Amino acid sequence: MTDELYARLKAYEGQAAAASGVGKDPVNESMIRHWCEAMGDNNAAYAGPDAVAPPTMLQVWTMGGLSGHAGRTAAQDELFALLEGAGFTSVVATDCEQEYLRTLRPGNRITYDAVIECVSERKTTKLGTGYFITTRTDVRADGEPAGTHRFRVLKYAPRAREPKANRPRPVINRDNAGFWEKVAEHRLLIQRCGGCGTLRFPWLPGCGCCGSQDWDTVEASGSGSVFSYVVMHHPPFPAFDPPFAVGLIELAEGVRIVSSVVGVAHDKVRIGMPVELEFTSVDGEFELPVFRVVQGGAD
Amino acid sequence: MDRGLIGAGTALPPLTVPVTRTLIVAGAIASRDFQDVHHDAELAEQKGSPDIFMNILTTNGLVGRYVTDFFGEQALLRKVAIRLGAPNYPGDTMVLSGSIGAFDGTTAEVRVVGTNSLGNHVTGTVKVTLPGPARVREAEILPEAGA
Ligand SMILES: [Zn+2]
Repeated sequence: MTDELYARLKAYEGQAAAASGVGKDPVNESMIRHWCEAMGDNNAAYAGPDAVAPPTMLQVWTMGGLSGHAGRTAAQDELFALLEGAGFTSVVATDCEQEYLRTLRPGNRITYDAVIECVSERKTTKLGTGYFITTRTDVRADGEPAGTHRFRVLKYAPRAREPKANRPRPVINRDNAGFWEKVAEHRLLIQRCGGCGTLRFPWLPGCGCCGSQDWDTVEASGSGSVFSYVVMHHPPFPAFDPPFAVGLIELAEGVRIVSSVVGVAHDKVRIGMPVELEFTSVDGEFELPVFRVVQGGAD
Repeated sequence: MDRGLIGAGTALPPLTVPVTRTLIVAGAIASRDFQDVHHDAELAEQKGSPDIFMNILTTNGLVGRYVTDFFGEQALLRKVAIRLGAPNYPGDTMVLSGSIGAFDGTTAEVRVVGTNSLGNHVTGTVKVTLPGPARVREAEILPEAGA
């Protein structure tokens, strides 16, 4: 597949990015001091009556700041507009290569020219997909060459971030509707067989022991313990933040329920941990029974 | 710094830089870089970054400072070339380390690496010219070394 955009971008190589740019401020003590404060640079050469500018400030003197770059060419603007129009809206600097030809001193007037040296083919990085653009700026101080500044940026389309998804909804049918109705009232009901009295969970139409379809319910006391658990790492599901623990809780009544273990880190869940039933509201739409580790139950 | 001890392979003492939010913002503003990703966490997130991150000019300044801290105020930076890797996010710590790769008696080429909890934030080379006395001393030493 040919990259038609690349061909259009490539045409800008060799064109001027900035022509006869003028630094907004002459080299000055204030900006030098602010820089040194930020960098924690106590070099004596940058302070006092004969202060010189830190060479690494070379690019600073050419920065457009909030009021923008006056010296930028149409070519540079077009190149970036092309990229932004194609969805490559973000920019990050990746390389900076500076050579210093003379020491800058307060009062030096800065002028510069810049050229678009290179546009890379489309690359995919951790940040997203985009193009590397290299510009070289030749900086002058009072008209004399002061240094060169080669700068590479990645102009890229940020990777889409998945919006926070809702948790899966419980599947409610005629056989378990009564269970979810009571959960909404913060009660956890266990089915009891009308034929043999065996408790069962989850809710089913008939008894696994005697086959009877008669049943009533008993309310769980809420006490239980971790019978088993797994820690989910993969695959990730948008509504969950792995790793997380899923517990198989044995209720005091003897039946088991798959649920979340809360109040404890995923790697601190242990078999036998005492837990207590509580209810949590999900996405503001429904209630879920979860189990909180009883104080003193965790290591 | 004892100039007599400088040579290829000489290691610079490491510099630990706490990457505070203040450092990131102060560095961006001092370098007149008002890109939102260096001061506005919300907009940085919209651009796919977990937080604001240090701009390249600040990294460049810190690398320059690291080298001149070692060689002294008389040393002149000739070239600083850096490549960024793992971003410097607030709350992280960057440790700069360096070693002299080549030294001709006048100019030292220093390899610098800055690591944070995510990996290499910066790798680069710095060329620095040492003040006069070192040059004289090296000129005296050189014939001997060649003999
Ligand atoms: Zn039964």
